[in-house]
Amino acid sequence: MGSVELNRKTIVLLVGLVFLIALPPVALAMDEEFFISLFSRILVYALAAVSLDLILGYAGMASLGHGAFLGVGAYVVGILAFHASEEVAIPFLPGDWAGTFNALIAWVSAIVVSGLFALVIGALSLRTSGVYFIMITLAFAQMIYFFFISLSAYGGEDGLNMEQRNAFPMLDLGDDTSFYYVCLGLLLAFVYVCHRIVNSRFGMVMRGCKQNETRMRALGYSTYKYKLVCFVIAGAGAGLAGALAANQNEFVSPGLMHWTRSGEVMIMVILGGIGTLFGPIFGAAALLLMEEVLAAYTQHWMIILGPVLILVVLFAKRGIYGFLAGDRGRDG
Amino acid sequence: MTFFLFLEQTLNAFQLGVMLFLMAAGLTLVFGIMNMINLAHGSFYMIGAYVAAYVGHVTGNFFIGVAVALPVAALTGMAVEITALRKLYNRDHLDQVLATFGLILFFNELTSIIWGPQAIFVPIPGLFEGSVELIPGAPYPIYRLVIIGAGLVVALLLRLLIVKTRTGMLIRAGASNREMVSALGVDIDRLYTVVFGLGALLAGLAGALAGPILATEIGMGENILILTFVVIIVGGIGSIRGALIGALLVGVVDTYGRAFLPAILRSLFEDPSVADGVGASASSMSIYILMAVVLIFKPRGLFQAYG
Repeated sequence: MGSVELNRKTIVLLVGLVFLIALPPVALAMDEEFFISLFSRILVYALAAVSLDLILGYAGMASLGHGAFLGVGAYVVGILAFHASEEVAIPFLPGDWAGTFNALIAWVSAIVVSGLFALVIGALSLRTSGVYFIMITLAFAQMIYFFFISLSAYGGEDGLNMEQRNAFPMLDLGDDTSFYYVCLGLLLAFVYVCHRIVNSRFGMVMRGCKQNETRMRALGYSTYKYKLVCFVIAGAGAGLAGALAANQNEFVSPGLMHWTRSGEVMIMVILGGIGTLFGPIFGAAALLLMEEVLAAYTQHWMIILGPVLILVVLFAKRGIYGFLAGDRGRDG
Repeated sequence: MTFFLFLEQTLNAFQLGVMLFLMAAGLTLVFGIMNMINLAHGSFYMIGAYVAAYVGHVTGNFFIGVAVALPVAALTGMAVEITALRKLYNRDHLDQVLATFGLILFFNELTSIIWGPQAIFVPIPGLFEGSVELIPGAPYPIYRLVIIGAGLVVALLLRLLIVKTRTGMLIRAGASNREMVSALGVDIDRLYTVVFGLGALLAGLAGALAGPILATEIGMGENILILTFVVIIVGGIGSIRGALIGALLVGVVDTYGRAFLPAILRSLFEDPSVADGVGASASSMSIYILMAVVLIFKPRGLFQAYG
């Protein structure tokens, strides 16, 4: 990184960061606590969108099934909490583990399990590419969606309520402000991890695959393995976002992994700026705020969102972040 | 008794397969020729279903409803192609996915504004009411047989269109080499619009026929769209023959899975509640397992079209 240069990009990022840090006290002072939970939701979806951008924008894998990992992460947290409050051992697991409310254990489990799902789905889907890949990731996500719908022990279609949010050491996540800062901290940490990844040798191979996979293979890289590792990291990131989403709503349902959810996360990436690390955060904020504002005017807000989306695709490929930060935004 | 059940389920499987073929044929043509992935294909299905239901209700005649639904779906498809999608043929698939996702949101909301959010139920037309005994002691609803027949007729017509006519020749030529066809002086833009309209018409037909056996509701297009994706992945994208075989295969696996898997599992597991749970999950996942298996052995589908 070297010394920080004061250009458009750093100014945009600094303003954004200051805004996010200052939001809870300002909202509390204005007695508008609603904004804290709205922006917690934005941070959670931003985390999911950044993880999708890692495979979409940097590795060129257009996955339309990212919602599946979001949902799996949420269900891991939800199921662990369900067993902890019912005090029943979890079936199909060795030992008599009766779940947990502990955030660290539950969230790490969510990351690991959704990473494993990504490993299996990725191993099969990455045998294909292009349009097949889009359809297959979509179909696998639907399969997981139907699996959880038919899982009547955990509420089936109605979903699963959580008695309380997870217990975090020294913090009360039930307090919206603490929860907001935990989300912000995790988002920044994940962006930092992604920054290290995309600028590492591994990341360079990924970008090479996006531009010309045949050539990368000719250079001797086993591109399948690289892409699979990247897919798993993205799946694990989405799993963490799912764990946070479960905590935010204190509720998990198959709706989290419905394919329209995957589509929304993809929209966030494109709207904010594909192939940048900060773009998806702007995209998540833009989409969810637009939803909030339009929904206040009309219940049929999607009739406006649909054409807006088409126009963005046709005419504004660089996204919001590209527009704000200029060309320097590209490197993430 | 079990044989009758088997026969009934086989016909059900055929009926689902035929519906899926009507959807898959259009989607696979549009992909094969324009290299375009169209998520909004399910919207044409929904439009066909709603228009057929509405016109059928107003006129009291199911057939007039279907007759009006077909051109409406085709014209909607052509209008969408000319205004928005035409600009996307040379863009990457991601852009196409997003733009057509936008179209889905638009059409779903538009439908909900025009016809309201409640599902519409369409009565089976009087002519096809009741059931017929194919073999003595095995009654089967006439209307489902009509769907199977209509689908097979359409498949045959489609084959004639593609193999015997000049338009069909251009479609085949366009699928194998677009630039060459256009260099030979064929108005390729018009060909694209025609193909898109044809695909939308077939989807509209599927929707109109589905009215009396499924609920006509918002989001019905997406449910069948994802099944259609599985069909064309299994069959091989771009291949009409692959679409037909894939559709029948998916129809059979899905229908048999739902009909027989729970019973089989109940005999395997001691605890009936566990068996029912596993059975429900397994039968709803069966076609995706089929897709995964096909992919492991044939990553580009069973019938690979156009090289």
